[in-house]
Amino acid sequence: MFTALYVMAGIALVLGAVLGYSAIHFKVEGNPLVDKIDAVLPQTQCGQCGYPGCKPYATAIAEGSADINKCPPGGEDGIRKLAELLGVEFKPFGEGAAQPKPKSVAFIDENICIGCTLCIQACPVDAISGAAKQMHTIIAAECTGCELCIAPCPVDCISMVALPQTIQTWKWQYPVYTMRQAA
Amino acid sequence: MRLLHRFHGGVHPDEHKRESSELPSARAPLPSKLTLLLQQHIGAKAKALVQAGDQVLKGQMLARAEGNMSAAIHAPTSGTVLSVELHTVPHPSGLPDLCITLAPDGADKWADHAPFDYRALPKEELLAKLRDGGIVGLGGATFPTHVKFASGPVQTLVLNGAECEPWITTDDRLMRERAAEIVQGIEILRHLVSPSETVIGIEDNKPQAIAAMQQACANTGIEVVTVPTLYPTGGEKQLVKILTGKEVPSGGRPFNIGVTCGNVATAYAVHRLVHHGEPMISRLVTVTGAVKSPQNFEVLLGTPIAELVQCAGSALPGADGYIFGGPMMGLHVSDAQLPVVKSTNCIIVKSPQLFPAPPPALPCIRCTRCAQACPADLQPQELYWFAKAKEFGKAQEYHLFDCIECGACAYVCPSHIPLVQYYRFAKSEIWAREKEKNAADAARIRHEFRLERIERDKREKAEKLAQKEKAALSAAPADSAPVAATPTSSDDAAPASPEQAVIAAAIERAKQQAAQIQPKNTDHLTPQQQADIAEIEARRAHIREIAHQPTESPKE
Repeated sequence: MFTALYVMAGIALVLGAVLGYSAIHFKVEGNPLVDKIDAVLPQTQCGQCGYPGCKPYATAIAEGSADINKCPPGGEDGIRKLAELLGVEFKPFGEGAAQPKPKSVAFIDENICIGCTLCIQACPVDAISGAAKQMHTIIAAECTGCELCIAPCPVDCISMVALPQTIQTWKWQYPVYTMRQAA
Repeated sequence: MRLLHRFHGGVHPDEHKRESSELPSARAPLPSKLTLLLQQHIGAKAKALVQAGDQVLKGQMLARAEGNMSAAIHAPTSGTVLSVELHTVPHPSGLPDLCITLAPDGADKWADHAPFDYRALPKEELLAKLRDGGIVGLGGATFPTHVKFASGPVQTLVLNGAECEPWITTDDRLMRERAAEIVQGIEILRHLVSPSETVIGIEDNKPQAIAAMQQACANTGIEVVTVPTLYPTGGEKQLVKILTGKEVPSGGRPFNIGVTCGNVATAYAVHRLVHHGEPMISRLVTVTGAVKSPQNFEVLLGTPIAELVQCAGSALPGADGYIFGGPMMGLHVSDAQLPVVKSTNCIIVKSPQLFPAPPPALPCIRCTRCAQACPADLQPQELYWFAKAKEFGKAQEYHLFDCIECGACAYVCPSHIPLVQYYRFAKSEIWAREKEKNAADAARIRHEFRLERIERDKREKAEKLAQKEKAALSAAPADSAPVAATPTSSDDAAPASPEQAVIAAAIERAKQQAAQIQPKNTDHLTPQQQADIAEIEARRAHIREIAHQPTESPKE
């Protein structure tokens, strides 16, 4: 009988040691789910979700304090991906909430720009080049279209320009064809 | 005798080659206008070197290659550049792209050009000459030749003369008429990749071409191999499999198995460049289908297809569109002003009799005929399901990107499902998502860097401030001594605390600065102005007096 007890106690000790060791040595820093959610988000850093960037929104989703339908730049596809990742139901954008818009980039009217640098300070991805009292311009390739530069501009010289479709950005459409009705 | 191998699947569509293959090729007349697309090759768009109004000579470079994966564009004839602007181009989107339009002057005057000895040139220079000569693969994919042949020595050089697609006969005519020149071009390509064997694969429905090539290749070590007619034998990977028995790995290129494959027309273009100094400005195009006299034409690049069709005796009544390329893989268009580009090997004039509209599609019955026909040995029915359900990850797992879009699956489909459209949709969607993902990753990195920079700036500022304070503190005792000694500071707490000393010093500095500043616009005034100022000052003094009085009076 004692043998059985010793064996059981021995197993318990060994397993406990293994668990204790792995708890210390294989500890996962941070929440890996946040990074996974962040990878799905479009990284416009626009704050339309009510959080100051994509990462904070991802953190809020991971904590369960934010809905998955708060990201207009991600579009419905983005919501679908989040729903799939988190194993929850798809949720359409709320009524009256911000809706997805066609992808666009900011444009500075250089005739009006006074070189105040306010937009440069607002840009979350450093996509505006310029300096105090110098002309500012948008680096279109880096612009995420977050619109954060529009509000701070004191002379309203920034507008959003929708990206035109070119041969380089064109995609084959989902095939639509007539199906013969089965008799 | 070479042992031939088989690739999986394949189909036998009606050939329709005799319509255009029997007449010798002719030179198309100078068109009224040439439209030269800046992207006639895979890779980066060429960069225009000319402006509207420039006079150019035949063979002059109009746009240079941008980077390595690109090729130059040349003037097909002498004339005036009309514009460098957007123009509709042969592309499935129907969208415009940047083109140079050229009005020929009729003189057809050549720019300076001369042949050169390719053997005397280092390999890099010869490749650069190919790039600047605008040489790209003429088999259809327009892969820049200087990139393809930059690879080191290969075991086998395969020349593609299969021309498996129905209706097209350009390579057939080219081999019949210019076999010796093709062989000279092949010699240059051999010089580039020094293969241990060189093989030309030609389908057995072109006996005259085979005979001509055999004659031209006698005693050159180049082997002319007759391959059975089966679509798509002319696919690069398929032809390599037939001739060498080796299969190109999934996602790889023939180079991975020691093979380089080029088209016979490309070899001819290389010959023209090296032995005549002529860049790629024209190509052989089959004009066939619903036209009076189908034939092959030597066509200047940029010729509008409407004028080309006129050469073949104009379209027959009932014609309702054009196909760039063959009926299996070609691009269906309706605009007759679209220009011939480097990849245009055939213009088929469509008519409802020749190309009836496809019958309405029926649901997939999973008969797997497509899988039997697929030359890439894929499972087209599975790919179809995944593309239809937009399960792109699954489609990629089933090797969607090994699909060569040959259309054999759709050809045999008893339900007439436009399968290739689904694969193209899925491919472009996957590419677009990849691009979006890369852009998002780049934005994330930039955003994180910015946050880090703001943090760093804050930290550095705080550190600087701390250092300054420290410096001020150490300086304070020396400063405060004279301050304490002066009688003016008697009303302050004489041995002020260090902070107060710093503040007092700052106030003192500010006062001194203020005293130094003199109003600059009060010198050299006219008496009138001085009088005005005096008056204003008097008024101000009066106002001050008034302002002081009422504040005091209510208190009382």
